[in-house]
Amino acid sequence: MFKNLKITCNQATTICDKNQYGEGSVKELIKLNIHLILCRICMKYSKQNTTLSSFYKAYSMHCKDIKYCLSLEDKEALKAALEKNKE
Amino acid sequence: MTEQKHALTPNKWIDNYADYLFNYTISRVNNSDLAKDLVQETFFAGLKSAKNFQGKATEKTWLVSILKRKIIDHYRKINSKKGQAEVRMSFYDDGENEGSWLEERVPQSWDNASEKRIENEELRIQLAACIDKLPEKYAMVFRMKTVQEFETEEICKELGITSSNLWVMIHRARTQLRRCMEDNWFNN
Repeated sequence: MFKNLKITCNQATTICDKNQYGEGSVKELIKLNIHLILCRICMKYSKQNTTLSSFYKAYSMHCKDIKYCLSLEDKEALKAALEKNKE
Repeated sequence: MTEQKHALTPNKWIDNYADYLFNYTISRVNNSDLAKDLVQETFFAGLKSAKNFQGKATEKTWLVSILKRKIIDHYRKINSKKGQAEVRMSFYDDGENEGSWLEERVPQSWDNASEKRIENEELRIQLAACIDKLPEKYAMVFRMKTVQEFETEEICKELGITSSNLWVMIHRARTQLRRCMEDNWFNN
């Protein structure tokens, strides 16, 4: 039974990343937490990941506020191209 | 009562939908020139298949569905490019140490972490630079999931990938980003 709970650092950090979005399953989180007790490197990764997630969140809020528009010149060029394509 | 049928008005497409489609594209590919090209291709394809439009969906929905196919084509292209840049491995990928950290990729302590936690313009510029360093397909999936905050299912559907594909890509992207931030932000 315990053998099934043993995972590698690569698997542990994959679950850790997934869980930054709240999408790790219960089984995955059990495996991750057992790994974290035993592995200081992944524990460090996990703590740093929380900091990075807060950075990404702030970055996301900033980026989502930006609305991109085409310039008038771009639109005119697009209209001309479309007109040409109709022929 | 008959359902109202929608009609196409190609002459108004650019005024009505160009900005919406452009914004939709750029939030996925994050490249203005590429987004312009994809929007243009979408309108061309729309004209070409206008005779097949049955009026069941609105004009906008129909154009978006064409654009989605253009985006998935683009993703497949960047995913299959020969010799494409892969992210740097952080773990042994075979042998008895398979899945363990490579010595040179082990996370280092961030000594000055507390003073580096301030969220400002400088940090955003550094984050953007680190994301831009990722191979394109990883950057695309990371942006969709983390920056645009799309649902996992939606991304998988849009790009034709499985959720385990997605999590492996997110994991590789985040591992490389962590290292990039360590070198350029925390311990620089």
